[in-house]
This record gives sequence, C-alpha cells and structure tokens, in this order.
Amino acid sequence: MANILAVDDSASMRQMVAFTLKGAGHQVTEAADGQAALDVAKGQKFDLVLTDVNMPRMDGITLARELRSLPNFKFTPILMLTTEAGLNKKQEGKAAGATGWIVKPFNPEQLLATIKKVTG
Amino acid sequence: MSIDMEQFKVTFVEESLEGLDIMESVLLDMHPGAADAEAIDNIFRAAHSIKGGAATFGLGDIANFTHVVETLLDEVRNGDRDITQEAIVLFLSSVDCIREMLSADQNDEAIDQERIGEVKAGLDSMLGSDQDNETVLPESNAATSTDTQENGWEIIFKPFPGMLRTGNDVVRMFRELADLGDFTAVVDAESLPPLVDLDPEEACLSWHITLNGEIDKAQISEIFEWVEDDCELVITPLSASNTNVVNNNAIDNPVTDNPVEEATSVDLQAASTPSERRAEGERRQTARKTSSPESSSIRVGIDKIDDLINMVGELVITQSMLSQLGEDFDMGRVERLNDGLAELERNTRELQESVMRIRMLPISFAFNRFPRMVHDLSAKLDKKIELTMSGEQTELDKTVMEKIGDPLVHLVRNSIDHGIETPEARKAAGKSETGVVNLNAYHQGGNIIIEISDDGAGLNYEKILAKAIERGLVGANEELPEEKVYELLFEPGFSTADVVSDVSGRGVGMDVVKRNIMALGGGVDVKSVPGEGSTFTIRLPLTLAILDGQLVRVGNNTYIIPLVSIVESLLVDQKNVNEIAGKAEVYQLRADYLPIIRLYEVFGIEPDQRSLDDGLLVVVEGDGKKGGLLVDELLGQQQVVIKSLETNFRRVEGLSGATILGDGTVALIVDVAGVVRLSREDGRCPSEQVAAA
Repeated sequence: MANILAVDDSASMRQMVAFTLKGAGHQVTEAADGQAALDVAKGQKFDLVLTDVNMPRMDGITLARELRSLPNFKFTPILMLTTEAGLNKKQEGKAAGATGWIVKPFNPEQLLATIKKVTG
Repeated sequence: MSIDMEQFKVTFVEESLEGLDIMESVLLDMHPGAADAEAIDNIFRAAHSIKGGAATFGLGDIANFTHVVETLLDEVRNGDRDITQEAIVLFLSSVDCIREMLSADQNDEAIDQERIGEVKAGLDSMLGSDQDNETVLPESNAATSTDTQENGWEIIFKPFPGMLRTGNDVVRMFRELADLGDFTAVVDAESLPPLVDLDPEEACLSWHITLNGEIDKAQISEIFEWVEDDCELVITPLSASNTNVVNNNAIDNPVTDNPVEEATSVDLQAASTPSERRAEGERRQTARKTSSPESSSIRVGIDKIDDLINMVGELVITQSMLSQLGEDFDMGRVERLNDGLAELERNTRELQESVMRIRMLPISFAFNRFPRMVHDLSAKLDKKIELTMSGEQTELDKTVMEKIGDPLVHLVRNSIDHGIETPEARKAAGKSETGVVNLNAYHQGGNIIIEISDDGAGLNYEKILAKAIERGLVGANEELPEEKVYELLFEPGFSTADVVSDVSGRGVGMDVVKRNIMALGGGVDVKSVPGEGSTFTIRLPLTLAILDGQLVRVGNNTYIIPLVSIVESLLVDQKNVNEIAGKAEVYQLRADYLPIIRLYEVFGIEPDQRSLDDGLLVVVEGDGKKGGLLVDELLGQQQVVIKSLETNFRRVEGLSGATILGDGTVALIVDVAGVVRLSREDGRCPSEQVAAA
C-alpha cells in the first residue's frame, strides 16, 4: 500500500485512476494540474507520483522537473501518463527526471501492474 | 480486480462536452492566420483529453476521429500548419461530430455515419492522405516480441551515474527479474570510487546477471524499459555451454531477436479468462440498458454544498434542543417550545431553499449555443450580426432550462431571419451594417425574465394585420391595438415571411414556442418599434418543483392558488356584480370587469354557499387575463411541493398539479391561466374529465 499523488486535468481519468488505486488499497491524493500537484507535494511525502503530460497551468514534464528539485522527491518514482506513442515526450519526461511512463489508453489492470513495478 | 469503466463514462462525457464547448467558443473567436498560441493550446488540450479519455473508456470511434483533429491541431501548435478559414470551419464541424458521437453513445442512438465520414475525410485530406494509416490508434501499447529462450538469459547491466535520480531503483528491478526465473547477480564494483569521493546519489556499480528459466525476452526488456537510455544494457541468450562467463563480444554486438513460435504475451488484459470477459461484457450491457446516464448528474458549486451542510448542522442542533425540551416538559416551557418550533421552521425553509439551489444553473448553459448559431446563420443569410449577451449568470432550474432551449433557439432564429435586415437595407435605412441581437436574463420577483431583442426592422403592423384578416383571425374592418396585433404572431400557422426560408418562416413554431413556455408556467410577449427592432420577453418561474401557495377551501376540499397569480382578495359587494347576456357574471373592480369563476362549478363539488352575496372573491391573473375565483374560505399560505398530475394520474385542465399537506391530505393546485381560459371558453368542465377518467 502506497501513498500516491495522481495528477490529471481530466476528471474522468482522475476518477478512474483514483478508483483503481484505492480499490487496490493505496492512498490517493488528486490534483487537477501540475501547479496544484506541486503545491500539495511541497507539504508532504508521496511514494509515487502519477501525472498526465498535457495540462493547463503546469504540464507534467515541468512538474517532474520541479518535483525533482524538492528534497523529499529526489528518488520518488514519477510516472508519466502519456498518449504519445512516440519517443519525444518519453525522452523529454525522462530528461526532466521522470522514472517511467504508462501509455494511454491503459486499463485498470495495466495501471496496477505498472504501479506494482515501482511500489513493490 | 475488474472495474466497470462505464461508471467513469458519465464524467468523461460531461467533461468532453465542456471541452467541446471551449473548443467551439475559441474557434468562433479565431481569425484565419492570426491564431494566438494560448487559444490553440486550449483547443489542442481539449481535443487531446477527449482522445485520451475516449480511448481509455472504450470509445474507439471517437478516439480515432479526435486523433486526427488532435494531430492537425498539434501541427498548428507547432507552427507547421496555418490556421485557415477552411480549417476553422472543419474544426467546428468536427466539434459537432464528436458531440454527436458522444450523445449517440450515451443514448444508444445511431449516428449520422455519412456526415461524420465526410468530415473525417475532410480532416484526413487536410492531414495529407499519405498519413491515413497513422490515424488508427494502436490497439495495445505492448509491442510484443516473442523471443523465448529455453535456458535463460545473460544480462549485463551498467547504470549510468544519473540513473537513480529518475527514481528508478535497481533493487526493485532485480526483484522483478527474480520473479521471472532463477536469478543470480554478480556485482562489479570496479568503478566504485573511494569512500570520500562517493556520491550516494550516483550509481557506480554494475551487474552481470544470469536468469535461468524459460523466459520471454520482452518480459526482461519491459523491466528495463524505463532505463534503456540511462544504462548500458546487453541481453544475450544463455546457451548450454556459456553459463556464468561474461561474453565480451556481447557488449558490442546487441543481440538479434530469435523468433520462437511459443508466444508469451505480455498483454495484461489476457490475464482474465475469456468467459470472465464475456460475463463482464454482459454486465456492461445490462448496466447500459438500465441506467440512462444522460440527465443523471449535475455539477454543483462547492459553496452550495457547504451551505447545505451548514443548514443540516443547524437543523441537528435545533432537533437536539427540541428533544431535550421534550424529555422534561411542562407547560411553563411552552414559550421555549414555540421558539424551538419557529427555529425548526426557519431551518427547514432554509434547507429547502438550499436544496432547490442545487438544481439551479446559470442560464449561460442555455445561452452558450447561440454564438455558434448566430455565426453560422449570419454566414448563411449573408447578414452581419453581432450577438451580445448579458445576465448569463442568472440562475434557473435545470428542468426549466432544458425545456426553454428550443423556444429560445426559435426566437433567436426568428430575430436573425426576420428581424435583422441585410447589410444593404440597413445601410439604406441609415443604420450600421452590423445588426445586433441581444440576449438578456434577469430575476424579477419569483420569475426569471429572458429577453431576445434585435435592432432590426421591427414587426410590420400592416402586414400582420392583413395576414390575420386573410386568415380570418380578425374581421376585415376591425381596429386592433398594436399589442393585440403582435400577439397574433403566436397563433397557429401564422407566418408573414414572403419567402419561406429554411432558417425559419414556415409559420410552425411561434405557436409552439408560446405553448411550450406556457406549459412551463410562463408567458411570452412582444414589443416592437418599426425601424428600431423587436423584443420578445419570456417570463418563467424559477423552479417547477415548489411554489408559494394560498390555501383556499371550497366545501370540503382544499385547493391551492399560486401566490404569484393572486392580485387581491375581496368580499363580494352585490352591487358590483353584473350579468352579461344573462349568462356570464362579471365583477366590476375599479375600472376592470372580471369574469366571476365559481370554483365549485369548475370542479363540480358542493360548496358552503352558492350565493355571491358576501362571498369571497380571489382576484387572480393568469396569462395576462384576470378573473375572480369564488371560494368559501381563505386558509393559510405555505410553500408546497408540486407533485405532477401527469406522472401520477393524467393531465387535467384547470389543475397544474397536486401536493400533500401537513396533515397528510392531498390538495389540488389550481392552474389559474387554465381556469380563466376555461371560464372564457365556457367549454367542458374539468370535473367531467376527471369523472370520465
């Protein structure tokens, strides 16, 4: 059971992710964009961050970069939820400090399997 | 764990519709060639979210369609494509198509494949036909290679120093590897610096791993997927002979895949058995049949919810206060009891108001379709029209909002088609070439007023009158005041358009508009000044669920008259009563003559008294017409919750509904406009209808 920060500007995706994770016994904090996530992240520690890439105010790549500069997020796994099948965004995300990615569309089972990889 | 994705679809559709509205309004404001980055970003993001969600929630058609739109927008965003008028029009049609596909999915309707195909073809051709095949989304992200090695694999893994800073953990990866097969790792600490130079955040060890067992290479690659670029990684098959020896060549020559027949799929979905999946599919289907998610959700501001919680808190306090009082009650405390009951009443009323407020939505929900409509119609009619709106935040009950949409559309179309003149005509009349259609909404008493006004030619008094005479609605030499003539517009089958256009003007509609508005308990009227324009004013009740009522008694029955329609109540003074043509009775009230409506006659019941002398007359106004209702007694006033007669029984003329009173009895709510109309028509008595039913 992990404490997870889920960031997505789409309410339905957030709902789906949160529902899935909570169903698997994780604790979930939701944020609607990168800025909101960063505000939350400054105050507490998470075991994992799941973030969308395209978001208003602050995108997922900037969020990853910002999080990595916080002392309590130095080694926290950050996974990007991305629809880009291409390498560009993945590499951009990696360069910003993201741990890995989950390619959309994914189903709840895929999400949990991937999360298991980083939360153990 | 199986999760029914259907439950998130409602949210998805809702947010997608919002996204589409944003796209539409941004596109409407967009001019060819001059798109600002933020606007493009906004619509791109909306399309992007819709595509992602559609793919996730199993709406493949929408995902594929939106993918093309997204790709085009991405090109615009990156400056690789100019935004042309053609593109704007195409994007707008795409918005319509996506909207249609969403609603078709929600309501299980068929979609207009042809039109969507047309738009899709337009998008594809804009994108360049050679990229056609790219528009199909990958079914699954797992690119499965089927390279299984019987003996196992040898892995050389040298993380680059920065790998740990991406949050990738070697221990975790090893644990996963160990899950696959028999795992042995030999650490190579050669590049480990002396302790003083050691940076614990850097990776400085490398490993030589052997993994024994029948393992698919893809499974191993997947574990290292995220760190491919952060390490040196060589995966070679273990042959029977080379066991734990590092093969130096392997580092320089990455392994070529050996295809092997036995496929080990990494598609995680395959984990559930086919029968399980079928069962799930069936469940989904039944869920779809039983629940119509369409109007099942409503978005409510958090402040309204907070208010509600506050009220409930107060209610609980009052309740506990009262129950304490009840435990140890004597007559000396009656005053406190009364205070408590008054408090309870206040709490209940406030709670009720708060709950009602939840159903209230700003009228912008009904207004927001008009910019697009005006844009399209003015292009079609070659007119220059500017749409202005005010009072968009005025709140209105959701049900009323849903029902007022079509009448509004009709009136706006009417203003555009008949009201606003062509630019030439306007110029000739000394007006600006651009006509203005204005939508305005505000609260007035317990009503919401919506005005649709234009600065066009105004209504043509002579033409309408001529038409009315032609139709036999008005006698040939009859003199009618202006407002009466304008009211004729709402008569069935009345149209003065010289040429029937496909925008409006078939003469069906204005009467329907009026009927729809009246069905909502409202009214519509029109004012017009030749050459300066017309204003249609719609008056609607704020909510259909509750009304302030005056309880009246007729014989043994209690009726409720909506407070808004009561003008005054008076004792009949026999000298003011006149009989017309020996049949209809009228009451002279100051300058007005009111028809006297004996409620006991209308409803066919036994009253206390039939004589008018000293009878109680409730003067009411419905639909602009006044009347005096004769009742036996005025009881209290209270808010009543309207229960529909149509759903529980059937529609009865003269009654707008029923309610349940505090003592549990049912009281019928008088439809004032209906009763006044009935008395004028002198037609069938509603009591006969009830008896017939």
